[in-house]
Amino acid sequence: MNPRLAKALINGLLIGATAVALFPLLWMLSVSFMAPGEASSLPPTLLPAHATFNNYRELFVHAGMGRYLFNSLAVSSVITALSLAFNLMAGYAFAKLRFKGRERLFQVLIGALVVPAQVAMLPLFLLLKYIGLVNSYAGVVVPGMATVFGIFLVRQYARGIPDEMLEAARIDGAGEWRIFGQIVLPLLKPIMVTLAIFSFLAAWNDFMWPLIVLTGQEHYTLPIGLASLAREHAQDSELMMAGAVVTVLPVLLLFLAMQRYYLEGLLLGSVKG
Amino acid sequence: MNRQRAAWLFLAPALLVLGVFFLLPVLAALVLSLTDYDLYALADIRNLRFVALSNYWALLQRPLFWSALGHTVYFVAVGVPLSMAVSLGSAMLLNSPLARAKPFFRTALFAPVVTTVVAVAVIWRYLFNTKYGMANFVLGHLGIHPIDWLGDPHWAMPTIIAFAVWKNFGYNMIIFLAGLQAIPLDLYEAARIDGASAWRQFRHITLPMLAPTMLMVSILTVSGYFQLFAEPYVMTEGGPLQSTTSVLYLMYDEGFKWWNLGSASAVAFLLFIIMFAVTALMLKFSQRGGGL
Repeated sequence: MNPRLAKALINGLLIGATAVALFPLLWMLSVSFMAPGEASSLPPTLLPAHATFNNYRELFVHAGMGRYLFNSLAVSSVITALSLAFNLMAGYAFAKLRFKGRERLFQVLIGALVVPAQVAMLPLFLLLKYIGLVNSYAGVVVPGMATVFGIFLVRQYARGIPDEMLEAARIDGAGEWRIFGQIVLPLLKPIMVTLAIFSFLAAWNDFMWPLIVLTGQEHYTLPIGLASLAREHAQDSELMMAGAVVTVLPVLLLFLAMQRYYLEGLLLGSVKG
Repeated sequence: MNRQRAAWLFLAPALLVLGVFFLLPVLAALVLSLTDYDLYALADIRNLRFVALSNYWALLQRPLFWSALGHTVYFVAVGVPLSMAVSLGSAMLLNSPLARAKPFFRTALFAPVVTTVVAVAVIWRYLFNTKYGMANFVLGHLGIHPIDWLGDPHWAMPTIIAFAVWKNFGYNMIIFLAGLQAIPLDLYEAARIDGASAWRQFRHITLPMLAPTMLMVSILTVSGYFQLFAEPYVMTEGGPLQSTTSVLYLMYDEGFKWWNLGSASAVAFLLFIIMFAVTALMLKFSQRGGGL
């Protein structure tokens, strides 16, 4: 094929694909600034005639969106902090500390990946009901405090730490916790950032488990709140689009700011162990 | 000795969480699926009875289970190949030396992956609105009559598949892109010197070199797609005429709408067994294919 034609074709296809990928998101943003009813007109309008923040005001003043936003931020932050701590410790232990049954235990964990999370959800609900955590923040947080994927990711990365370095510290008389805090953690910083973004995004976007465990509106996270609004206000497209913006924008911005770490983690996590 | 103890202390929190909130519930689910745990047992545990395999037996005789399984298989069988084709296609475009502004395109194509399913499903519900949606408006210009995308049992699942492909293709695109970049360029160079066409280069270099990546990606995607839930929950509520009720949707309804937790656990386990079998078959076939 003629190279100039090939070049035009390839870049044309990329532009087309990008348009398809971004159009729904851009239109969401545009419609969220429209006046009520404006989005339900023919032909469809691409831009608001007079941009207004009324939909956002309506959401935050009357629909409890501020509450959901706060809940999502709180729950996702706590899950991120706790799972980061636990996964780092366990991943490091699997990579660098020798103990009996290490390989066996790790294989069991990896084996557990084949079980879909939903299998655990019904008894988990009963368990949390029994200990009184249904319809509480803790109910959402607790099962997310450690993940096999996170442990795996940290282990992969921590294996690169030279043993001599740790041995030298031991000979100098440093305890295991000090070694972890002062030598290992600084070396794990890149994977910490990656894992933190992954955990935060996963917690923010999670739907099925919060839907099950949160039975009252006061604890709803954004996806649950939005889904329940969408069932009540199916026709208010402008309001729904504003709700979608509030839900999607924080994670989209986080991704844009940190995408290098995110994409690296994605590749690291998908390498065959 | 001391180091052994330190290791277990480092492991303890994560193992405790995974043990109590995952492993234990999975085992409990197996037990639960053999009982008639329902609203009465929820009120008073003394109403609980052991029923052996009758939950499974009852499910296998329920048309709704089979139709839910059918919809899920439909979603997987059409959605996975389509997703992977789009992922591979866009990865190849991005990998082409002729492509411009690669970081921009890569970020833009990946953006839907990080969005919240519920929020973007709400957007798609609007895009595919029969009356005011952009989809029908564009088709109208091509002379095609409006389609009731989410209200017509024949169209609802294809619309959800299109949504899933749009939402997910960027993830595998990144993995394929890394796979493509790992293929030595001299292979293509040699093929070009031998006069191989672009198609033959794709067929005899790209595809075989990408085979291990493909296998891993397809297994992960199949497992992910079997867990279809949020999309129909938001876009169609399992309808119309239950045409988008997936296995997990059935589990959710059975467990948390009707409180038949025993029967719902059986649904969950059947899904697990099916997923396991499909994954094992894929691995087996790929080994046979690789041995040739």
